[in-house]
Amino acid sequence: MDGSDQAAVARVRAGDEDAFRVLVERHTRRLFRLAYRMTGNEQDAEDVVQETFLRAYRQVGRFEARSSIGTWLYRIAANCAIDLMRQRPHRDVAPPAAQDDGEDDPPVSAAPDPERLAASAVLRHRVASALDRLSAMERTAFVLRHFEGQSIEEIGRALGARTSATKHTIFRAVQKMRRALEPLVQS
Amino acid sequence: MSNAECRKTTVNHLTDEDLVLYRYGEAKTPAAIEAHLGACDTCRGRCQALERVLAAVDRFPVPERGETYERDVWARLRPQLATRPRFSVSDWAAFFRPGRLALAGGIAVLVVAAFLAGRLWPRPPQPIPQQAGTRQQVRERVLLVAVGDHLERSQMAILELMNAEPGQTVDISEEQRRARDLVSANRLYRQTAARAGEAAVASLLDDLERVLVEIENSPSMLSASDFDTIRRRIESQGIIFKVRVASSRVRERGQQTRARPPAPTSGL
Repeated sequence: MDGSDQAAVARVRAGDEDAFRVLVERHTRRLFRLAYRMTGNEQDAEDVVQETFLRAYRQVGRFEARSSIGTWLYRIAANCAIDLMRQRPHRDVAPPAAQDDGEDDPPVSAAPDPERLAASAVLRHRVASALDRLSAMERTAFVLRHFEGQSIEEIGRALGARTSATKHTIFRAVQKMRRALEPLVQS
Repeated sequence: MSNAECRKTTVNHLTDEDLVLYRYGEAKTPAAIEAHLGACDTCRGRCQALERVLAAVDRFPVPERGETYERDVWARLRPQLATRPRFSVSDWAAFFRPGRLALAGGIAVLVVAAFLAGRLWPRPPQPIPQQAGTRQQVRERVLLVAVGDHLERSQMAILELMNAEPGQTVDISEEQRRARDLVSANRLYRQTAARAGEAAVASLLDDLERVLVEIENSPSMLSASDFDTIRRRIESQGIIFKVRVASSRVRERGQQTRARPPAPTSGL
């Protein structure tokens, strides 16, 4: 564990509330990126970040340095995000074809390659839709593997699932992303 | 050539799973896969198609946060830390020690019963006189924190067991100590929920207690196969998911309680 993280944890355990700020400032942005990729929504991501730190503060007395504090916070954040995604009503996402109406494309200007700009916007929208279609577990596992580079074993530990089940969850997620995006990227 | 056609040939082509594991650096035989990709146009084409899809996913943008983001998060967080004290397992274990329970048991049961009767799961709000409502809000908040804490600690304890490093023998004495602390509290909540007619809550706590008792009563040093048996049994009950959902609901109730006008803090 990073020396300064270790010192901050020790001070928090001793009752120094302000020492927790060191951990907050060091890990907030990374947690926000994870939470946003998992929830796809800024407000939800902000809520996940807040709740993660609140839970971590409550449980810091039980943190054992088997892993780094960053990994520990990641696990808490992943679980907060899963809880939140399961609670909220399923968002109806229009099929990708219906969204290719150009309304969300950036305005075409005199900038070079306006067609490429428009295509990029469509692709980003399609990626967001495809991620929205994944289940909470699929999205979590996929985000942790693809964006955060966590191993399948680490992801399984974070989710309380066996390695084989985690592997299959990631495969399902990748297959769904392929089905949604392959026609677009091939063209 | 499609994947289906690919597999009908006599050549052992790579599966989609092989390609995904290889792409993420988790293939068991990367050298063999690399060699195959070098020699097989079909599989190399499939690998490139996968790569294009995942490269497109990489472009999923994350909104930028401002320069003061960390400070803003801390400013929102700090006041909440004061109202959410840190409890260690030993604090709660001491609170629920049998001697202490015997001394204050009747009152504790009544308070918890009143809390659980219609508080844990959404019910229509009852009109409450102002002063009694204020004290009741405080009790409700304290108890929501207690039950929420209990469910979260239980979840963490079970997850830590599930995630323990497997080996020839596995030492679960630490996990047993935690389970022992949690069983006493769980019993109180379960019995009170049953008396209050909260069948769903009592049933969840009953399931949870079985798991905690199993952990508590197992040998401290488990063989690899015994450890695996316990883990499979816990998994098959889906207890982690059930506890997680219940914990979320309790937190929701806690937030709703906090949203009401603040109660006076003197005397707490």
